[in-house]
Amino acid sequence: MGGSKTGMAAIFLTEAQVLVAAKKTHDMGFVKYDAITPYPVHGMEEACALKRSWIPYVTFGAGFCGLSLALWFTWWTSAVNWAINVGGKPFFSLPAFVPIMFELTVLFAALSSVVALFYAAGLPRINPPILDKDLTCHKFAIFIPSDDVGYDEKKIEAMFRALGASEVKKAEF
Amino acid sequence: MMKRKALVIGHKTLQEVTEDIVAPVETMPGKGWISLFLSAKLLFLFYIITIAIVVSTGMGLLGVNHPVGWGTMIVTFVFWIGIGHAGTLISAILFLFRQKWRTSVARTAEAMTVFAVMTAGIFPLIHTGRPWLDYWLFPYPNQRGPLWTNFRSPLLWDVFAVSTYATVSMVFWYIGLVPDFATIRDRARHKIRRKVYGALSLGWRGRARDWSHYEMLYLLLAGLSTPLVLSVHTIVSFDFAVSNVPGWHTTIFPPYFVAGAIFSGFGMVVTLMTLVRIGFPKFKDYITIDHMEVMNKIIMATGMMVGYAYACEFFIAWYSGNMYEKFTFINRAFGPYSWAYWIMVSCNVLIPQIFWFKKLRRSIPIMFAVSIFVNIGMWFERFVITVTSLHRDFLPANWGNYAWSNYDAAILFGSFGMFLTLFLLYLRLFPAISIAEIKPVIHVGQEDCRKPDQKVDHKGGH
Repeated sequence: MGGSKTGMAAIFLTEAQVLVAAKKTHDMGFVKYDAITPYPVHGMEEACALKRSWIPYVTFGAGFCGLSLALWFTWWTSAVNWAINVGGKPFFSLPAFVPIMFELTVLFAALSSVVALFYAAGLPRINPPILDKDLTCHKFAIFIPSDDVGYDEKKIEAMFRALGASEVKKAEF
Repeated sequence: MMKRKALVIGHKTLQEVTEDIVAPVETMPGKGWISLFLSAKLLFLFYIITIAIVVSTGMGLLGVNHPVGWGTMIVTFVFWIGIGHAGTLISAILFLFRQKWRTSVARTAEAMTVFAVMTAGIFPLIHTGRPWLDYWLFPYPNQRGPLWTNFRSPLLWDVFAVSTYATVSMVFWYIGLVPDFATIRDRARHKIRRKVYGALSLGWRGRARDWSHYEMLYLLLAGLSTPLVLSVHTIVSFDFAVSNVPGWHTTIFPPYFVAGAIFSGFGMVVTLMTLVRIGFPKFKDYITIDHMEVMNKIIMATGMMVGYAYACEFFIAWYSGNMYEKFTFINRAFGPYSWAYWIMVSCNVLIPQIFWFKKLRRSIPIMFAVSIFVNIGMWFERFVITVTSLHRDFLPANWGNYAWSNYDAAILFGSFGMFLTLFLLYLRLFPAISIAEIKPVIHVGQEDCRKPDQKVDHKGGH
């Protein structure tokens, strides 16, 4: 989220090159850089030393909330607020409430996880800065923002060129 | 070692993959699509008018009456909900099982799920007879007490199951589409297209950390959808099984319904995919004959599960020693509705057996014909379950037949108009194969063409 940053961008033409470049950028000590790929590249998380996503914790918490809410609500409406004797069954007939509890668990877990992704990926965003229009098609990129540790345009350009970048430019992202 | 076949034919580059898949979105439709769309649209309008007449005049126009109180509405609801199940099986369950072949059919199968559930959802709403009061189905604070819904009723479980299923499968489908919308946005030459797909893409940029969260979310949604899809048809079967009517009151119903749902859904996937392959010849490189063969194998396997359930029901009817149960099943196979029963058995159990022959399960005309029979057979299965169980009750005084009317037929056929209109629009507006998902697997089965530095061990999956 927030505004875009200026920095150095390199465009690569193959998956293998961008993986090596991401690893190298990480080894050079940069921490705020981004690797942009048209599809999830196998091994990119390791190359960028990304931590495992925290979304599962949201999923679990939201699922637990959905479960508890359904349990509380079926109990409160059926046994407390207006208890109705249906066929002599107990007011709090837990097994009959399991389907509702299950469905609300799944619903809460799924929708909250999506909201978590929106937060994590900064979505939705109007007019996102785009380095190159082919980055969602067949090209790959590394972007190092100017506020990163040890940012030095000449050094970075030399590094990108050595890694086989097809294009190196100063850009906003 | 078994050599795997190429998932995508023709050694495509990443750019070619994008261009092939977005071509239907970026080009003007041909005569074939337009004529299909206009016919579907006309049928859809006919459907809307039929519903308007039925709702404004009353449920008396349909064939439901004493003793057959559940008819076309419930039969066709279960039919469409069942169709949806194959889409979730392909997109979620086969994803968890790391079946890479699912990639090229998942998007369209999921679209089928979403549209089938939307089509299905209308039926119970009309079946209530007073659809303008359908909000009573949801527990909301009201001034009648508050009088809450009965949470012990399977019909209410169904409200929750179907609405959750509709919501989650729509979200799952949309999340899968987000990176592909970004692809179309970045390729767009026209301003309006860039704006529309830009909004749909939510500003997706494809950074490594976005993908990391995205893949995790996709896995989580697949994991949540898997028990969800099994629960939906289980709960639909509870609508029947949690009653005392002979022919409904059986414990085999949940697995039997789920197997039937997957069977019918794959029937519909094969019907649609054969047509998509004809309409968009480029897609034959992605949805190959091998993909179609695998789906035909699943049709045959689930068809046999359904056949086993039919046999098992008969065995239990005899073994239980319950005279009403026994009568219901003899009446089902040899009574006034025996024609429906035997249509069901021949379409669902006998006809798919021809897929034992490799030649037949790899033939497009044959599989198209079989998939149509499967669709017909599965509609009749729900008809047999619903109508034959109700039409001869415990007391002969409660015997009677279902008075099928023209309005029943109009609503049944009209629903295909709604489904096909949505599906045809989808084919032209959304990328019908997942671009971002297919790109990492284009080399599967084509190891020879890979550069040495790109070799990836595919045995472990990723």
